Amino acid sequence: MSALAYVDGIGVLGPGLAGWPDTAACLTGANAYAPAATILPMPHLLPPAERRRTGRVVKLALAVALETVAHADLNPGATASVFSSSGGDGHNCHEICAALAEPGRVISPTRFSNSVHNAAAGYWSIATGAMAPSNVLCAFDASFAAGLLEALAQVAAERRSVLMIAYDTEYPAPLHAKRPIPDAFAIGLLLSAAHSRATLASLKASLTDAPAETLREPRLELLRTSIPAARGLPLLRRLALAEGGETVLDYLGDTRVRVAVASCR
Amino acid sequence: MNPLLLKSFTASSCIGVGCSAIAASLARGRSGLVPCGFETVCLETYIGEVAGVDAQTLPASLQSYDCRNNRLAELALRQDGFLATVADAATRWGRDRLGVFIGTSTSGILQTELAYRERAPDTGELPPEFHYGTTHNSFSVADYVRRRCGLTGPAAAVSCACASSAKVFASAQRMIEAGLIDAAVVGGVDSLCLTTLYGFHSLQLTSRLPCRPFDRSRDGISIGEAAAFVLLERVPRAADEDAVLLLGVGESSDAHHISAPHPEGLGARLAMQAALTSAALEPAQIDYINLHGTATPSNDRSESQAVTSVFGQALPCSSTKGATGHTLGAAGALEAVICAISLQAELLPGGTNTRDVDPQLSAYYLTENRRYPAQRLLSNSFGFGGANCSLIFGLAR
Repeated sequence: MSALAYVDGIGVLGPGLAGWPDTAACLTGANAYAPAATILPMPHLLPPAERRRTGRVVKLALAVALETVAHADLNPGATASVFSSSGGDGHNCHEICAALAEPGRVISPTRFSNSVHNAAAGYWSIATGAMAPSNVLCAFDASFAAGLLEALAQVAAERRSVLMIAYDTEYPAPLHAKRPIPDAFAIGLLLSAAHSRATLASLKASLTDAPAETLREPRLELLRTSIPAARGLPLLRRLALAEGGETVLDYLGDTRVRVAVASCR
Repeated sequence: MNPLLLKSFTASSCIGVGCSAIAASLARGRSGLVPCGFETVCLETYIGEVAGVDAQTLPASLQSYDCRNNRLAELALRQDGFLATVADAATRWGRDRLGVFIGTSTSGILQTELAYRERAPDTGELPPEFHYGTTHNSFSVADYVRRRCGLTGPAAAVSCACASSAKVFASAQRMIEAGLIDAAVVGGVDSLCLTTLYGFHSLQLTSRLPCRPFDRSRDGISIGEAAAFVLLERVPRAADEDAVLLLGVGESSDAHHISAPHPEGLGARLAMQAALTSAALEPAQIDYINLHGTATPSNDRSESQAVTSVFGQALPCSSTKGATGHTLGAAGALEAVICAISLQAELLPGGTNTRDVDPQLSAYYLTENRRYPAQRLLSNSFGFGGANCSLIFGLAR
């Protein structure tokens, strides 16, 4: 069985990748990929009080969500959403665990509130006024494909548009040694049930045990394997190529996701 | 939505390990909350701790998953013949046709909290025996359940704070509807840890006494732990009369505040209405609501407003958190199983610990058990980040 959806918008932010047009050019080989530390914009969408309280993971997710909905020419918050992250906010987690290891065990209420895995989804809803359902997943290294399947199932079962964001940020020491994610990276896709003027391509996904597609450019391949959200890069490469084609994405061990991409432009 | 069958279900919490123990506690109105003596925690609060978690062992092949949260999952999986029913479903449908969706808020974070105490004095490194991915990471428990059940289909942890394990029913339902899977193991597992005990304390949201949902004197939550699992599949042509079905799911977001509910319960109302729409039911067709009912002043006030705006003031409702404590990411699945038990036992559970229902809350709160052959129940779960989810369960007859 396979699930079908239309891609109406794409967003990307990562090391040396500032947005979808830039990333598409790197993935097709039109531009050379030059890795550089990810630059996260301030989340101006949020009220100032909330803006000050948010960490890198929220800044990352909100920036890519905004790019994705703008690309689809939609109002932010117009759709349901799926947020999928391999681990959430490592910096915040470090601060809490460090405080709990001290005799006083005083943890900041703001840090605790922000420690929920759905913090980015919550702030997206607050910032945009979106009251539509939002689901938040974690599947460790499989988080990109898990988020994609959840979004595709929503499109198929509910016949609604879904904003899917897969996002990861680095963990600080000492957690970094146990979870060596090097930097922040996120992919956004706006998926719809019906073809429209905004439609860029169609996707058809099914499970497979075929090997995952790798990227020929070694630095992009390193990015793909070192940050879970970047496991979606082979799909973005197919979306960047006018002719579309088929790709296989890493998921859960030998269970992978085959995605057939057909361009609608 | 097309209804789904709860082919098998089980739960373990401080009021009992397995469904019959939980049913017995509910019938007696027993609370499992006790003064906090967990680990080295020094807080004046009550907790709902599951007996026998630390003594639980995991299979040898899954030792890297060893942590309190996965021990609790293992303990619960072993009850009510659940593993055998899942094995049977895997044979019938194929191991790759069963999904696994488990809700959790903190997973095995206790392991990291303990590891931080053991950091190397010179380098600050965490101890070598600490495994982040298979213990602390939110996916750890979903991965554990998937491997323990020998399944190879889709899987994810859903982590939307205290709505997590209600939302797993929605994820599974959509994936079955989309044809990606034929059945799913859904559930919720959250275990006691310092992050939530000290964290809710920092927000002044824990009570010093056993929590008293909807009581005039309510002043906060009691944190509990639980694991609950349900095997969901399509309804067969001939379902047993007392089989329990998932009839509707409804979700919404508050768009209001990261840790406070919408004051008028607008998001909660939208979730309940969406569940009714999904089940194609009218409010009058619901017989009882298992409330989110955490016992914080603002949560109960906002939920009462939301409930009465949809169902009026005559629909019996109660929170079972006075008995179980607030089991956070496991609450949705635990209360789903409690709904299934309530339907089969024809017993609407009265809210334990609540003596003096707050007259400012106009929802019809049950403080005593009521024998009633209910047909359909609704269960609410709301969480930080403004995540809301309502589920409707009913008997097949």
